[in-house]
Amino acid sequence: MKVLNIVETAYRATLEEQDDPVVWILHAMKGAGADHSVVLSGNAVNYAVMAQGVPPLMFGDKVQKHAPHIAEQVAGLIAKGVQVMVVRECLAARGIDEEELMDGLALVKQAALPKVMNGYDQVWHW
Amino acid sequence: MMGKKTLTFMLMDAPFENARTTTALRLIDIAARRGYDINVFAYEGAVYLPLAAQARHANAVHGTDAAEEDHPLPREWVAAVMQEAARNGGKLDWVNCGLCVDERGANEAIAGVRRGSPADFWKMAGASDNVLVIPTR
Repeated sequence: MKVLNIVETAYRATLEEQDDPVVWILHAMKGAGADHSVVLSGNAVNYAVMAQGVPPLMFGDKVQKHAPHIAEQVAGLIAKGVQVMVVRECLAARGIDEEELMDGLALVKQAALPKVMNGYDQVWHW
Repeated sequence: MMGKKTLTFMLMDAPFENARTTTALRLIDIAARRGYDINVFAYEGAVYLPLAAQARHANAVHGTDAAEEDHPLPREWVAAVMQEAARNGGKLDWVNCGLCVDERGANEAIAGVRRGSPADFWKMAGASDNVLVIPTR
């Protein structure tokens, strides 16, 4: 079974989970043999931007030391053979240049998404 | 004259599902550092924030054991902001909506959390300099 994962909600609980829970479960499923691809759309296109950082998180005396590294998580999916696509129009709407993105991504036009979806058995929208 | 402020926050989101809770606790932390009196009314899924049973776990995807992962636990964050408020001469009164607790079976909260009702929120709001509602979306 081939599954296309459209990730649109960005930075969902990333500080509490120290990762993105959707990217995390994609890693875990890949480890279990899943055949899936990813489309980053909406605000989640920022996941493909390399130069992003997380400031330290501290409440009272409690310090959280392991900030999430979302771009590295996405790059890790690519390294495992997961195809990661990014919607070109969503990048443009947010003023993100192609040069800011990690290597190994495929840019896809919004109008091409239906054709992309046809190549999969299921489409999961996150 | 800048008197001591009293702020009330209404939180509604469960932990580990979005960024709103972290943002809310950051604001509460700032208020605690300023010695303000703070009220929090935890409504619906937010009653899980101070749940005493929250526990760390290993993370195979990260390749970490439980100690290395040091997974964030909102119950510790809540306790930390309570301590911070007390250290600076303020107080944090955390009220869990009782009916929300009952329907979820989320009875075991950390020390310092009390059970209440929407009437408590109404009273808190009326006695505050300002109120911030952060609802579920």
